[in-house]
Amino acid sequence: MAHALFIAAAYGIAALGLIVLTLYLIADNRAQRRALAELEARGVRRRSEGRGA
Amino acid sequence: MALIDLANPTRFLAWSGRVLPWLAGTAALGLAAGLALAFLAPADYQQGDTVKIMYIHVPFAWLGMFGYAMMAASALGILVWRHPLADVAHKAAAPIGATFTFLCLVTGALWGRPMWGTYWVWDARLTSVLVLLLLYLGLIALRAAVDDPGRAGRAAAVLTLVGVVNLPIVKFSVDWWNTLHQPASVFRMDGPTIAPSLLWPLLVCAFGFTALFLALHMLAMRTEILRRRVEVLEARAAAEATA
Repeated sequence: MAHALFIAAAYGIAALGLIVLTLYLIADNRAQRRALAELEARGVRRRSEGRGA
Repeated sequence: MALIDLANPTRFLAWSGRVLPWLAGTAALGLAAGLALAFLAPADYQQGDTVKIMYIHVPFAWLGMFGYAMMAASALGILVWRHPLADVAHKAAAPIGATFTFLCLVTGALWGRPMWGTYWVWDARLTSVLVLLLLYLGLIALRAAVDDPGRAGRAAAVLTLVGVVNLPIVKFSVDWWNTLHQPASVFRMDGPTIAPSLLWPLLVCAFGFTALFLALHMLAMRTEILRRRVEVLEARAAAEATA
């Protein structure tokens, strides 16, 4: 395949970029869920949910 | 459920929690099918096998512009209706749009070197896409630089609407000026000029990447809603601790 190195580099960088973006977004989501769960475990809740025990 | 109901962050979280797995699955299937078709597609009679870069480069370009258009619509929601979910959508789209635009530039450079003999020229299409990337990065930096989230959102919305003038420049740059970049070959008034054997794999890839973009944006919006709840609760906990 002619110019295989350029094709492989384009697909490789694209895959790397999308994987890094996806993992970052998933990690950020998990961090926020964990922080919210810790606050709720301490009894700090949103007004619409009322106060915990 | 009416569309307006989704403007409530709690309802959006419930709805997107159900939709997101399906959207991610659609993205995975669309990308698998699109990339398989792309590698089975024939070589171009002039560009040979390097045309395979088109199947990722062109969707990145379209979605880089699509992301900015979404942010412009959200900016109107911030400034006109001052809706918090519009601000969430705007903020969540910026890093995703920036990544797609960056990958458009990199894959374009890697396609340009064997076809044009250079990675980069300062022609109108390439330069206007670089400006699009700088706008994304500027918007991310602006939000990070202003402490008050409300002020940051409004300032970012104004900058987004100023920068939206760049979108028609990106699209029509190849018609308005002499560029090394080729003119449009899919979205044309007289129909696509690209052969169907190359066009269909491109459209399937574009579908898969669009589903991926929307899935990532939905995930980022959910995260941003949770982040704002965490900030409110942390402030409340701190206030109660000092009371």
